[in-house]
Amino acid sequence: MADAPRSFQEIILRLMTYWASKGCAVLQPYDMEVGAGTFHPATTLRSLGSRPWAAAYVQPSRRPTDGRYGENPNRLQHYYQYQVLIKPSPPDLQALYLGSLEAIGIDLGLHDIRFVEDDWESPTLGAWGLGWEVWCDGMEVSQFTYFQQVGGHDCRPVSGELTYGLERLAMYVLGIDHVMEMPFNDPASPIPLKYGGIFRQTEEEYSRHNFDAANTEALLRHFEDAEAECEKLLAFPAEDANSGKRIIMAHPAYDQCIKASHLFNLLDARGVISVTERQAYIGRVRALAKKCADAFVQTEAGGWVAEAEA
Amino acid sequence: MPELLIELFSEEIPARMQGAAREALKKLVTDGLVEAGLTYGHAEAFSTPRRLTLVLTDLTAESPTLQEERKGPSVSAPEKAIEGFLRATGLRLDQLEKRADKKGEVWFALIEKPGRKAPEIIAEVLDRTIRNFPWPKSMRWGNGTLKWVRPLHSILCILSSEAGTEVVPLEVEGIAAGDTTAGHRFMAPARFSVTNFEDYAAKLKAAKVVLDPAERAEIIWHDASQLAFAQGLELVEDKGLLAEVAGLVECPVALMGAIAEDFLHLPPEVLQTSMKEHQKFFSVKNPKTGRIEGFVTVANRETADHGATILKGNQKVLSARLSDARFFWEHDLRVVKTEGLEGMGAGLANVTFHNKLGSQAARIARIEALAREIAPHVGAQPDLAAEAARVVKSDLRSAMVGEFPELQGLMGSYYARAAGLPEPVAAACKDHYSPLGPSDAVPSEPVSVAVALADKIDTLTGFWAIDEKPTGSKDPFALRRAALGVIRLVLENGMRVGMRMQFFIPMLGHLISIKTQGKGLLARSAIETIKSLGFPREASLAQKSIEAAAVHMSDELTNIAINEGMTKCDDLLSFFHDRLKVFLKDEGIRHDVIDAVLAMPGNDDLTLVVKRAEALSAFLKTEDGTNLLQGFKRANNILTQAEAKDGVEYSYGADPKFAESDAERALFAALDAAEAALAPAMQAEAFAEAMAEMAKLRSPIDAFFTAVQINAENQIVRRNRLNLLSRIRQICLSVADLTKLEG
Repeated sequence: MADAPRSFQEIILRLMTYWASKGCAVLQPYDMEVGAGTFHPATTLRSLGSRPWAAAYVQPSRRPTDGRYGENPNRLQHYYQYQVLIKPSPPDLQALYLGSLEAIGIDLGLHDIRFVEDDWESPTLGAWGLGWEVWCDGMEVSQFTYFQQVGGHDCRPVSGELTYGLERLAMYVLGIDHVMEMPFNDPASPIPLKYGGIFRQTEEEYSRHNFDAANTEALLRHFEDAEAECEKLLAFPAEDANSGKRIIMAHPAYDQCIKASHLFNLLDARGVISVTERQAYIGRVRALAKKCADAFVQTEAGGWVAEAEA
Repeated sequence: MPELLIELFSEEIPARMQGAAREALKKLVTDGLVEAGLTYGHAEAFSTPRRLTLVLTDLTAESPTLQEERKGPSVSAPEKAIEGFLRATGLRLDQLEKRADKKGEVWFALIEKPGRKAPEIIAEVLDRTIRNFPWPKSMRWGNGTLKWVRPLHSILCILSSEAGTEVVPLEVEGIAAGDTTAGHRFMAPARFSVTNFEDYAAKLKAAKVVLDPAERAEIIWHDASQLAFAQGLELVEDKGLLAEVAGLVECPVALMGAIAEDFLHLPPEVLQTSMKEHQKFFSVKNPKTGRIEGFVTVANRETADHGATILKGNQKVLSARLSDARFFWEHDLRVVKTEGLEGMGAGLANVTFHNKLGSQAARIARIEALAREIAPHVGAQPDLAAEAARVVKSDLRSAMVGEFPELQGLMGSYYARAAGLPEPVAAACKDHYSPLGPSDAVPSEPVSVAVALADKIDTLTGFWAIDEKPTGSKDPFALRRAALGVIRLVLENGMRVGMRMQFFIPMLGHLISIKTQGKGLLARSAIETIKSLGFPREASLAQKSIEAAAVHMSDELTNIAINEGMTKCDDLLSFFHDRLKVFLKDEGIRHDVIDAVLAMPGNDDLTLVVKRAEALSAFLKTEDGTNLLQGFKRANNILTQAEAKDGVEYSYGADPKFAESDAERALFAALDAAEAALAPAMQAEAFAEAMAEMAKLRSPIDAFFTAVQINAENQIVRRNRLNLLSRIRQICLSVADLTKLEG
């Protein structure tokens, strides 16, 4: 077994190496603000349709309501998730997952790893799956889900999704009590950096922004714009006039859906959405996600095959 | 005889589903086998997080051969008919038998349905069981279409006897049955083969798996208690948690830790809930201080360091959790200190209670008004009841209840005390949800009672107003529970109120606010008017009071009040009567006795109804009671028949001067005496006394029937006797509607 990692980034690197060795394409984060790794099109869209897929990536994630000005030992409005998606889910996915824990230095002979029922549902994505939260000595270190439906579509085949909350997992492995104290690079580096050295200030800035400063009128407008844009893009005919090709703009439309979702999260953090409105907003984002899923399964990556080939 | 062993090995089965799954496996398999003609001795099912196991002893090796005889066409029938018969039976002509029949010779087919071997039947039954298993939630995985609770990995299915062990040939979606299984995921992961149940259980034990959930629960409880005991502490019992934890581990190892000093000041319920909900920890109490000072966690493995790493990890997680809880607690206390408990609930204006019934804040305002009305009936101070009503829901906005919804009410009472509110208000925060079930304690503190009633009545009238009544097994808003709650609050506190009036005002409020979409403030003066006129028990008088009030109301309001309001209140009242019947049945009072009482005036005064029903029930258990009932029935039957035949009602003064026999005269005297005694007893609601008076009628009535023939030749005498029977009926019916009684 590998020796203990020394920093946050080493844990990420080990996960990268491990999943690469298991045949996953190691992707980069999606370049938009999202609430969780699941929103990356490499998960949401690629879990749809019949084509096999295996990808792993880090996804910076934002949850504006979780901002605590950098003071809370483990709550952040910006954090990292490590995400693995394999379609179809391999029969030994649990064993593969446990291997990844060993790879980051968790001695399975000394710790108590448990799979505790936790069904996953994303009302904004119109998605659900069954699985567990994985406990290591009573602490939730990952979410393990077999996707059953995404964007209202049945997943056939089923994807297996693993989500690691990186900060929490790393703090546990490194024995750190406050996230800001966690070494980001190797403590023996010429310029050792701690998590707080990189993110404490931004946590403060964004907490203030999210709770007090974000312009709610503009956010509401942007939400409406993103919604309209998403629908407009999907309304284009499949035939592209320039290239003469069949091009359905599922991804650009989905970008607008992601945008709407994040804007909703910001509005929620600003406390301007009432409980009843909340459901309505979630429903609007879900409607977009569903339309994007409908569009994606009409594309090649989504398993669509031209009739001549079929 | 052979033993059948089945094991369905999968990824982790949710703990809460394992009990029902064991039962389902047992039932589906045994039912299927028996239906196919096999019999077995004993069946037992087991589960661990990764396996469902069933063992059947003394299974028959095959199903019995069945003989069937089928009569065919006549020997001389056309060839086509005979061919058809051969096709239907699958036989050749030379296999048929000729038999003499009334009409000559006829073909007979003797079909033998051979018995089938057990393995063939088992394979079929198990395949069907797996495909139709009643998991509350199931899923697909990989490329497959099979559904199971989590991916199914292997099937063990063997028949064993002295002759040896055979694998039942069976394949479900690519999973072939075999004779192997695996041990503990981490401690003994290798697969091994087994020969029978005994071998299976023993090898599993060696492979660090305790198969029987009851045994695991016992180990956990025993070990955890020992750990606590050794330190002079005691384990807090929690059967639900024990069953759940037993479903989370194959190899239970109890580990005990202490709660850090910084958290010991948190309310014990908070500690307990946080540990249980998030971590599945048992609480450990110090019997000397009564405080929760430790915890027991149950790991799923043994380790070289005897659980030290695991315990350290769990302790750390607990500290983080309790830091959160402490943060919530301190945050909430700060809010309460600066803004008061009412201030804490300010945000409830933005929380919808039900889209047709407005926000939580609107609901609280209604409950406050209602609590004020109810207070005098239960001996509570109206202002105090109103104050309590304003704050009892505030804790729904507290950080703690946001995290632990099950602590609602309880946190409210802590925060009410912190806010310096009077003790009855604090108690009402916790107790106004009660009673939650038929065995839950009923509050008796007047303020709690007033608010509890107001809360439930507002909910019931509200959902009745919008026609969201429970139907069949569907009762999403727990209205049956709310109605039973009201009934128990009223009865156990001996409250004397007409429920119709208690329903009518809030019902009207709901209806008007729905019709006018919340702009019904003007209606308030109308409601006030109705209230000031009172709302008598009798519907006709009630209608008059509404009509009187109508002078001040718009036509629309009058309509709502009279038509919808009254109808809905009557409907709600009959819902209450149904709940009351169920409740009293459990107390041993017959259905028909309650019906007899409910037919009397004042049936919306629940305490009165029950008092009357109890007296009548007790009376009917005496010999006098049953005999009097017979006498009454006889009188009533004769009278009803005569009235139907003659087309008149005999209710007009029987005269003693036409009495011919002593028995008849004695009855006159007895009825006079009864009438004189009954009226004041009934007036005073001394029902037992009234029944006793009525019982005195038994022998005069019996004697009368023996001595006298009602249908006398002399029409005057006959009519007089019928009128006398009518007096019996009248007197008896003044106590309860005895015609409703059976027997």
